[in-house]
Amino acid sequence: MAEISIRNVTKSFQATSVLREVSLNIADGEFLTLLGPSGCGKSTLLRILAGLEVQTGGSVAIGERIVDGVRPKRRDVAMVFQSYALYPHMTVAQNMALPLRMRRLSSWQRLPLLGRFMPGTTATTAEIERDVTRTAKALGIGHLLARKPGQLSGGQRQRVAVGRAMVREPAVFLMDEPLSNLDAKLRVQMRAEIKELHNRLGVTFVYVTHDQAEAMTMSDRVAVMLDGELLQVAPPQQIYADPDDRRVAEFIGSPKINMLEGKVLEAGLANMAGAAFSVPVQVASGTTITIGIRPEAFHVVDSHGLNVLTGSVRMVEHMGSDLFVHLDVPGTDHPVIARLLAERAPQIVSGQTLHLGVKPERLLLFSADGRRLRPEDHAGATVLRMKEHVQ
Amino acid sequence: MSSASSTATKPAASSADRPGTRKALRHHRLAETFTAWSLAGPALVLLVVLFFLPVFAIFAIALTDWQFGASTLSFVGFGNFKEVFADEGFRASLVNTILYVTIVVPGTIILGLVIALLIESGKSFRAFYRAIHFLPFMATLTAMAIAWEALLHPTIGLVNQTLTGLGLPTANWLRDENTVLPALAMIGIWQNLGYAMVLFLAGLKSIPQDLYDAADIDGADLWLDRLRTVTLPMLGPVTMFVFIVVALKAFETFDTVQVLTQGGPGHASEMLLFTLYRESFEYLRTGYGASVAVVFLSIVVALTLIQARVMDKKVHYQ
Amino acid sequence: MSTPHSQGLSAPSAVMRHCVLLITGALILVPFVWMVSLSIKPPGEIFRASFSFWPQQFYGIENYTRALTEAPLPQYMLNGVFVCTMIVVLQIAVCAPAAYALAKLDFPGKNLLFAMVLIALILPHEVLSLPLFILGYQIGILNTYAALILPFVVSPFGIFLFRQFFKTIPDDVIHAARLDGLSELAIVWRIMVPMALPAIIAFAIFSVVSHWNSLFWPLIAVRDQSLMPPPLGIMAFKNEEAGNDYGPLMAASTIVVAPLIIAFLSAQRWFVEGLTGGAVK
Repeated sequence: MAEISIRNVTKSFQATSVLREVSLNIADGEFLTLLGPSGCGKSTLLRILAGLEVQTGGSVAIGERIVDGVRPKRRDVAMVFQSYALYPHMTVAQNMALPLRMRRLSSWQRLPLLGRFMPGTTATTAEIERDVTRTAKALGIGHLLARKPGQLSGGQRQRVAVGRAMVREPAVFLMDEPLSNLDAKLRVQMRAEIKELHNRLGVTFVYVTHDQAEAMTMSDRVAVMLDGELLQVAPPQQIYADPDDRRVAEFIGSPKINMLEGKVLEAGLANMAGAAFSVPVQVASGTTITIGIRPEAFHVVDSHGLNVLTGSVRMVEHMGSDLFVHLDVPGTDHPVIARLLAERAPQIVSGQTLHLGVKPERLLLFSADGRRLRPEDHAGATVLRMKEHVQ
Repeated sequence: MSSASSTATKPAASSADRPGTRKALRHHRLAETFTAWSLAGPALVLLVVLFFLPVFAIFAIALTDWQFGASTLSFVGFGNFKEVFADEGFRASLVNTILYVTIVVPGTIILGLVIALLIESGKSFRAFYRAIHFLPFMATLTAMAIAWEALLHPTIGLVNQTLTGLGLPTANWLRDENTVLPALAMIGIWQNLGYAMVLFLAGLKSIPQDLYDAADIDGADLWLDRLRTVTLPMLGPVTMFVFIVVALKAFETFDTVQVLTQGGPGHASEMLLFTLYRESFEYLRTGYGASVAVVFLSIVVALTLIQARVMDKKVHYQ
Repeated sequence: MSTPHSQGLSAPSAVMRHCVLLITGALILVPFVWMVSLSIKPPGEIFRASFSFWPQQFYGIENYTRALTEAPLPQYMLNGVFVCTMIVVLQIAVCAPAAYALAKLDFPGKNLLFAMVLIALILPHEVLSLPLFILGYQIGILNTYAALILPFVVSPFGIFLFRQFFKTIPDDVIHAARLDGLSELAIVWRIMVPMALPAIIAFAIFSVVSHWNSLFWPLIAVRDQSLMPPPLGIMAFKNEEAGNDYGPLMAASTIVVAPLIIAFLSAQRWFVEGLTGGAVK
């Protein structure tokens, strides 16, 4: 059983702090993705799980065992690297056999020439060869075993890297941006293959990426990281629809979520960009809040009113099935972007005035410091709720 | 589809067919050719005069009995080569050179590699250690040879003083035919190991950290396992390159022989370049000297071609 | 060794590393130290069979004065500076335009020219010395500065190195320069060479170091003391009289070796790049 438990892990390089008090539990057999922009510390966290990097503070347990100070070799984890890190001078078969040789053969048995005369070497070597062949067949690279990495395509190398990790049947798979060196089409295909592999093996996967599409499509849960902190850990749909933090809302979704500053007028109503919005949260009137509206939450309405933004169309981008409408709304710094279904939207031209309505339940409200304000909550309760969520 | 492409290309083709356009195109090409040759002209002339004519000349002279200053010469075919290979002095020179190279090359490579590995294994004082070990490679060898002569001096030299102090036997290093070649080889290793070290350091730097990480996770995490799994195999191409380059440098050893031993005692430290120099310019046996030059050239070219072959094969390491 | 790679060595290994490197480094430095040590000792101490680095009687002034006055050492140094400067300037002047033509222009004979450069690159210069000596004799330049400089004014290595570097400069830069009205020669000197400055510097260091240190060709080309570059000069000084007079001889050696060592220590990275240039990539 290999659930992973990360407790208050910190990491700093000299003066820069890369991870701050990260705590996270990963269930056995779960597919968890660490998602964040480059430099957010997600790869460092993965390398700490692998044992390639030692944390400055805190503790990591894999299964029942605290693994702090345990060498990578003894952690029962396998890793797939962004660059694949295949040994270029070895054939595919030798690459895949290496982790098994290192574990199943003694250092005497691994001696260059003498090794094969040691008792048991031949039998173990044959067994390793069988395991390698079986894994290679399962991944569809059985015919490549005699080749060297230099003779393989990007996708084939990727499979070999997965094969090298898979062959030793580890309790945990660690993957560090494994698809980012592939072209877009192959990436989509490999995405599905990795997900399938996870279903088949049923072991714990920890997957690092900066690509939200990968995170959303593959994961059981996504952990969004920024500046060395975990902002939210939740299933993909919840990350998108119910973000805990303004930064999570801004990171997920394309085009980016629209963020509008507003002021609470009275209980249940806020004024923003010349329009009134219903805000079913209990905050004192006069408080500044931010209202997040996803581009796809808008729909065209006939006239101005409650929960309607009005402005003049700056630009229309036709994306085929969708339209991206950029709307200049008086009182906002940036144009508001709306994503409308092409077949449902009326003819829209630049310069015209447009009214965009939003259903109140699709408004995401954030306090001035970026915390999510949920309906039915008042500000104090929100903080409590957030704490529970992270635990 | 096909009609669209034909209409697209037709105007272009017809405009190129127009005499005016063709003329302009030809003119443009001519102008570029003229510019190119006037830019490369001086280099071309000098390459021909300073490299290619001399090479042809050396082959031509090698086939004659010409002596520098003599007004007559006659064609002797391979006579000079027969004489060269029959000559005990030359045979000694060739054997000495090969022996010298077989000491210097492995010595330089092993020491250079070990020092590079040691320097790269830590982070502190890297530049300092690199500078110290590289120093001999760029110090004027003629001057340093004189320092070595003082070090190897039979009575007042530091080497013999140290050996005496340790109760070990001493030697007259540069005057004893048994020790002179190893002594020169030691100087050769001393001079070149910094060069090998720098090349190995560059090679080590180009090994991706990911490979070491992968080795850690795969279980090859002990120093020797990492060395065998990642470091040494990844240094393969560099090692081959260092091998050839150091071999070439060793074949071209001249300064130490000229300054320290003049090939002596007897022929014990005579090496190819020194033979070439003495026969050509001291004894003025021009035809003979040219043959030695041809033999020397063949060795160098052979080594270089091997290197080119090997470097081509390195592709699968990418 | 059990700590991950990125964490560096364990304490005992780190100590071992420094021990071994300090010992090998010290051994490497022995000839330099010995040279300097002898250069400041009086003859009596040199021939005493006991070793100390620092002399009991400091004799440096006398030794260095003799080195500088008894042999025309300042003249040797000046010769070295002059010859090396001329060679490197002429090499760049000849090689850069040719390298530009090979890297960026298209013309019939280009492949042939490049093949010639590659062949010339293989030829060891010593092999050419006999015909070059005869050529020098025929045109009457033996025993002049010209004899020391002329054989080296074109460097196949220079052409090759510059071509490789020029090739990495985008064509659009040249197109823009042409539209701005620069002549092809102006493009070489005002665009390509400044952009390829690292390669030019590396090559210049390579050229200066190898010609400052070279003994073989000067030995053949000049006889007059007034023309000798440092290595030849110091050899003459040794043969002539110094023989066993180690003090002044070591002082002279130190003076010859010093300029490059000082330059190397102050611009280490450039020297390493220059002397291994092209070799690495």
